[in-house]
Amino acid sequence: MSAAAHTDHGHHHKESFITKYIFSQDHKMIGKQFLVTAIFMACVAVILSILFRIQLGWPGESSGVLSFFLGDTWAPNGILHRGMYLGLVTIHGTIMVFFVLTGGLSGTFSNLLIPLQCGARDMASGLLNMISYWLFFISSVLMLYSLFIETGPASAGWTIYPPLSVYEETIQGSGAGMTLWLLSMTIFVASSLLGSLNYIVTVLNLRTKGMKMTRLPLTIWAFFVTAVLGVLSFPVLVSCVVLLLMDRTLGTSFYVNDAIVGSEILEQSGGSPILFEHLFWFLGHPEVYIVLLPALGLTSEIVANNSRKPIFGYRAMIGSILAIGFLSFIVWGHHMFITGMNPFLGGVFVFTTLLIAIPSAVKAFNYLTTLWKGNIRFTPAMLFSIGLVSSFVTGGITGIILADSALDIQVHDTYFVVAHFHVVMGLSAIFGMFAGVYHWFPKMYGRMMNSKLGMVHFWLTFISAYGVFFPMHFVGIGGAPRRYYDYSVYEGFDSNQYGMMVDLNVIISVFAVIAAISQLIFLFNFFYSIRRGQVATQNPWKGNSLEWTTPVEHVHGNWPGAIPEVHRWPYDYSKPGMEEDFVLQTVPVKDGEEEH
Amino acid sequence: MEMKLIVLVVIVLVAIAVAQLMRVYELTSKIRNRREEDIDLRVNNINAMMMILFLAAFFGSGVYMLYEYGNGMLPEAASLHGQDVDWLFNINWIIVLTVFFGTNAVLFIFAYKYAYDPKRKPYYFPHDNRLEMIWTVIPAGALAVIIILGLMTWNKITGKPSDDAVIVELYAEQFNFTARYSGDDNKLGHADYKLVTTWVENPNPLGIITKNNIEWRLKELDSTITAMHNDIAAEEASQKIFSVAASEKLRSKVEKLERIRERVVLMQSNYSDSTDVLAADDFTAKELFLIKDQEYQFIMRSRDVIHSAYFPHFRAQMNCVPGQRTKLKFTPIYTTAEMREKTDNPEFNYILLCNKICGESHSNMNMRVIVGTQDEYEKWIEEGNTTNVVASVN
Repeated sequence: MSAAAHTDHGHHHKESFITKYIFSQDHKMIGKQFLVTAIFMACVAVILSILFRIQLGWPGESSGVLSFFLGDTWAPNGILHRGMYLGLVTIHGTIMVFFVLTGGLSGTFSNLLIPLQCGARDMASGLLNMISYWLFFISSVLMLYSLFIETGPASAGWTIYPPLSVYEETIQGSGAGMTLWLLSMTIFVASSLLGSLNYIVTVLNLRTKGMKMTRLPLTIWAFFVTAVLGVLSFPVLVSCVVLLLMDRTLGTSFYVNDAIVGSEILEQSGGSPILFEHLFWFLGHPEVYIVLLPALGLTSEIVANNSRKPIFGYRAMIGSILAIGFLSFIVWGHHMFITGMNPFLGGVFVFTTLLIAIPSAVKAFNYLTTLWKGNIRFTPAMLFSIGLVSSFVTGGITGIILADSALDIQVHDTYFVVAHFHVVMGLSAIFGMFAGVYHWFPKMYGRMMNSKLGMVHFWLTFISAYGVFFPMHFVGIGGAPRRYYDYSVYEGFDSNQYGMMVDLNVIISVFAVIAAISQLIFLFNFFYSIRRGQVATQNPWKGNSLEWTTPVEHVHGNWPGAIPEVHRWPYDYSKPGMEEDFVLQTVPVKDGEEEH
Repeated sequence: MEMKLIVLVVIVLVAIAVAQLMRVYELTSKIRNRREEDIDLRVNNINAMMMILFLAAFFGSGVYMLYEYGNGMLPEAASLHGQDVDWLFNINWIIVLTVFFGTNAVLFIFAYKYAYDPKRKPYYFPHDNRLEMIWTVIPAGALAVIIILGLMTWNKITGKPSDDAVIVELYAEQFNFTARYSGDDNKLGHADYKLVTTWVENPNPLGIITKNNIEWRLKELDSTITAMHNDIAAEEASQKIFSVAASEKLRSKVEKLERIRERVVLMQSNYSDSTDVLAADDFTAKELFLIKDQEYQFIMRSRDVIHSAYFPHFRAQMNCVPGQRTKLKFTPIYTTAEMREKTDNPEFNYILLCNKICGESHSNMNMRVIVGTQDEYEKWIEEGNTTNVVASVN
């Protein structure tokens, strides 16, 4: 194709408001739609968490906040209803894991960055991409709607283990709330699959000339492997969810065996609740890396850019992403050490799980080496990336304890687990997401976010996040089970432990409130900057990758002229013999210059 | 009302203040020609300083918490294997905490030390195979140690119990546990969920199989089914009026009960008098009394949803899954009285908690556990804390 044809492409479409902002097929707009939806969902999930933290910090005390949000039905006299407590916990987890950290993180940045960094005009299929967003939107609406129905939202925990999730008689939320949850998740998976297929095809087929796989930015590698994980594991969740729907509505017995519910004896026989756990965690564990890898990818880019150094061990980083991706499929059993699974099988899962620590350690050390002898600019994005490395390490090492089946017996399903996955997956992923938003905001909206507010936001978030989750480890080792409405049970048995749980839970709740309020700074900064932020320049962070060669104003097709050709990897920062401390990927390799 | 008005006014004032501040900020940026992405050395150094301050505060509070709560969290393990688990825990903590302190320290110190300096040129260092090899091999070595030690302990915990292990069943339901002791023969009587009933004539909450229980269960089913048929007949004769839904539900339920009845009838031929013997000496209790230094093999069952029997003080846990039998063994090594001394708490008690979300009252599901000597155990039985599962034995 000639350059002229491309120029035409950029100015052909006369777009109406609806095709530009609502049913857009442009990957940049779809990315922004994902981001704004995810921010909204995150706000809901944070409010839910504050509501149950109020109960955990000050159990049984009347609270105006609870009555304000939940009314007399779910918080009579300002005291949280027990069923609603479990509902809040369930929906908080579901929204955070799927809607914010899967849909929000992958949806936003894969859409925005894959075409821009690969050098493509758009995604392979703009239409599928648009459908992917709108399915995500519908499933978000269904999930939110389930909060407002009479019998309350799904409340069997985000892992919805049957038979609790099958029969309304066992818990109120397993009625209409659970049906909505299952429908919402099925639609969500459809959205995720359409997105993932698009990402894979685009990365494989639409790279520009010279963009070899080994010249791709690590962000793209991470998104690519994430998409592969999603395509392979999400269908298993659908089957798992559909079988559950059949158990609920058609009276099948995939997951039910010899149970009595309420006072009614069930005919269902021959199924196994453990089968559900296997199917669920076959998605559930890769899901952890679906959440984590994009964040690590974004961080790789940001750390290199702001240290003004190439990322250390580019090939090792790719290798560890692939290794983590592969291993994530053979470790799901570590969620089930105490389900009565064959102990030998448990041993195998101990082995495979602990293997993941090796590529993870390689990644962490490579980040540290990238910082070493660098020249670090503390932009908000960089601050969050450093935060990510810290939480990735701090949360990762407690995984070693949990992966060890002999130790897992003691801390399984306690707050130690809650602390572990919030730090390693929650904090790391959300820090990566914040870092990505601060760094690529100029690419999304053509304006800059306020960096000072960004710094304040980081420090408040970082400190309060550790304030929430660090003490949680101690509560967990102290033997506090998760999903408990309160810990009064310990009062009569072991008052020492009870005292510790009360003390620490107050600290955790206070930090949770601070963390939640700090996010207002981000919200303000984000929406304010969309309209009034400083107008961005083409390459504000002096980056190397292709997205910084596109014009600030979005054009359909990304580059007004021909797609640039790529001649080098994206990490030539501070390369000796170069005038500037960055070299765009489009700059040809000079005579006698080594290509890293 | 006044309160809400004040809150509203405050919010409006804050919004105005923020708007004004942002305008001032925008103007000063414009006047000084400052761009958001420019590196302000002063601000950059403040952030670098914050890195070190954070590190100090982070480690400080970490060490404080380890000191304050590290030892006081759970008392010493009160079971034989629990001692091994605690030892393994400590070994792992040493490795894990070394990595935690080491890596975080390096991270924040690097961040501080290599903060932007216009005079310094960053070191172009894309890769180094030797270094990468080092930090692949060292974690691999450490993990090998962790895996080997872990699996050794795991095999010990999950291995076969010895022949003189006492068998006790834990039956979980929303929201309590019942313990069933296997009695003198150390064998549990068979049980089947179809026999579970709270019928006053012959309650059988655990569904224990005896000839008598099967007969009574058939009687109960017959009377229920007959009553339902009467209802249906009454409806057909227009003596009773049901809604369409209730009527359909009644019909499907009666069919279901008839099918279940057939399955219960089948059971009659499968069990002989010899099964009665197994159940004859079984007895249940609402608290769990264990004898010190005696090995126990627990068999878990659940009536409705998944529960988990969690003994924090014994470092033991196992899920109770409906329709399955799961197993757990441990040997208590300290009596309740000894543990009271160790914890310096005269009111201390062992506990069994439910640790798998099981419904609204999940956090209220627990059972008291007592560890005592053989004599104390016999006294506990004499005090009438137990119920025989087969009434006729009394």
